[in-house]
Amino acid sequence: MAAALEPLSQGDELDGFVLGELVHSGRMGRVFRVTQRKPGEAIDFPLLMKLPRTGRGSGAEGLLAFETELTVLPLLAGPHVPRFVAAGDLARTPYVVVEWVEGTSLQALLAGGPLALELAVQHAAAVADALHGLHSQGAIHLDLKPDNVIVRASGVAALIDFGMAHHARAPDLHAEESRYAAGSAPYVSPEQVLGIRTDPRSDLFALGVMLYEMSTGKLPFGSPQTLAGLADRLWVDPVPPRARQPSLPQWLQEIILRCLEPQAERRYQSAAHVAFDLRHPEQVPLTERSTKKHRASVPQHLVRWWKSRRAPLAEAPHAPRSLDAPVIMVAVDTMHPDDVRHPAIRQAAARLLAETREYRLILVSVVRGEPVAPAAERRGIHLEHLIRLRHWVAPLGVAAGRLSLHVIESLSPTRSLLDFASANNVDLIVIGAPAGEQPALSWWRSVASGVTANAHCSVHVVRVAES
Amino acid sequence: MVLALLSDVHANLEALEACLKHARESGATRFAFLGDLVGYGADAGAVVSVVMRHAQEGALVVKGNHDDAIARGAPYMNDAVRESIAWAREQLTPEQRDFLAALPLSRRDGRSIYVHASAANPQRWTYIDSPAAALRSMRAGEAVYTFGGHVHEQVLYAEVEAGAKEHRPVSASAINVASHRRWLALVGSVGQPRDGRPAAGYAIFDEPRARITFYRVPYDHDAAAAKIRNAGLSAALAYRVARGV
Repeated sequence: MAAALEPLSQGDELDGFVLGELVHSGRMGRVFRVTQRKPGEAIDFPLLMKLPRTGRGSGAEGLLAFETELTVLPLLAGPHVPRFVAAGDLARTPYVVVEWVEGTSLQALLAGGPLALELAVQHAAAVADALHGLHSQGAIHLDLKPDNVIVRASGVAALIDFGMAHHARAPDLHAEESRYAAGSAPYVSPEQVLGIRTDPRSDLFALGVMLYEMSTGKLPFGSPQTLAGLADRLWVDPVPPRARQPSLPQWLQEIILRCLEPQAERRYQSAAHVAFDLRHPEQVPLTERSTKKHRASVPQHLVRWWKSRRAPLAEAPHAPRSLDAPVIMVAVDTMHPDDVRHPAIRQAAARLLAETREYRLILVSVVRGEPVAPAAERRGIHLEHLIRLRHWVAPLGVAAGRLSLHVIESLSPTRSLLDFASANNVDLIVIGAPAGEQPALSWWRSVASGVTANAHCSVHVVRVAES
Repeated sequence: MVLALLSDVHANLEALEACLKHARESGATRFAFLGDLVGYGADAGAVVSVVMRHAQEGALVVKGNHDDAIARGAPYMNDAVRESIAWAREQLTPEQRDFLAALPLSRRDGRSIYVHASAANPQRWTYIDSPAAALRSMRAGEAVYTFGGHVHEQVLYAEVEAGAKEHRPVSASAINVASHRRWLALVGSVGQPRDGRPAAGYAIFDEPRARITFYRVPYDHDAAAAKIRNAGLSAALAYRVARGV
């Protein structure tokens, strides 16, 4: 095929794809918009083709990134990644055709300086959702930066450029000490600097850098241009975001600094937990991170530096998969607080929590909303059910930082529970099975089966034996 | 052509039959046996006859150190293993012994090389236990794909700029192995896995699609272990098969 020898250009055809506009030409290769010569039925989205630079003068780095993307993308699905369409033989005509993700890159959104708080939080939560989607499929992006985040019109974030990615089920061909392109250096986690490529929490560090950037307009660690500059990542303490932007709320500083912990163990352990905290700021447990006014002093920095040299983060021994840090949602019927199923549901929850080291427990009670009721009355009802939830969960002894309680007023409990579960990346719903012929509870009968049938996650149905 | 790669059967008929059935159901049309048909297990004769039948139908077979020990002995092996070799020698027919003795140390076929241990000096039975050892084997074999066994583990090595990178495959998950770089696949052990899981290990290579898939296949390992005990062989060997250690 002549195509492999002559550089392709607009109008050329390769394996049934017609090349359109050349949208990027860089060190790593070229990117064209493409269309199918015979439009297929399954593909109803725009396409792009990536062609790596091959031959003389092109670094092996670019090809490796290309090969990595080719390996990882076909293993992934969902709205958070470009859909994989086709690939050429790497040994003969290397190319890859993927979905052209329509939307605006976070880089473009940041061009005007820091974002309004609400927008920054919204985008960060969307990126956290995307990371959760990625991590639960066994992949780690490892090159997260505003350039590589496309916000779709729907607000959903898609991650692009998987050239540095790692997938648990595919060989990782990158050398341990990969060089980082200058644009990526500000976002690289400390463990990546040390050559560890298997820790999903590295992406949460990068998310923290982006959230810092979105809310302050500054980069927490600057833009190091050298490897020595990158090594600072192991010990340099960033200026607290509120010191740069005093109007930022404490809970946001808490979330950002927790993402930026140099020790991965001290960060969030799951992207789903970050997304949850961003969407429920009132439930973020505040620590000394939230009120920090200054970065570490010079002597403190010396200590941090010394420690980082003596114990260079150790290895990441058992990097947790996202499923090791599940979000568990328990539907608690606080309308019937004396129901016989409550102890059984609580016991089931206790058993599940005992199995996991790192979890987030969400209790949700759906109460019949009466939209016409006066606001004061509704507040009272809300508070009453919140107190019942707190009472319900007390015997489990869950730490405040892992627990959140929600009372939802709704006339459609099934829909509300399902919506709440999918909006918060819930991994498992625990719900009581309907009891026998109890007419008063017939309302819940349809809820349990509706949730079980339509949930996007696992559902644990707790049944009490009837005497 | 979809090729099933089976190594270190070690006279375990139950495990071999389970893998062959699984491979055929997965679309395998060709078979390669990467050595150590005998030793440890209690079905030396039956296993060799299955493999001889496959060889007549075009299967590739190379010699392992246990197969070699049938004719030449193996002073380096421990007592229990030497005992199982001596026992196997008695169980095999002269024709089966000749078949083992005549096996080549390595076979080359298209872009692939098949060898029990390392393609660098196959007769020394070197263990591929590091990326460096893998790299030596890949380069010595001068093939795109090097397939082997001997270490009883499933590992895939890729040649990269800086040397070789190691990957621990997940069962039944296909891996792209594009032919622009060298790959070395250790396909695991059919008859005596050693990672604490008794399920039999093997791999399927789909050359046209440049994909390799490693599998772990559950089989009746208790039956295989009972046969070892009933044959009067070392209880330790039965225990290893039953526990996958």
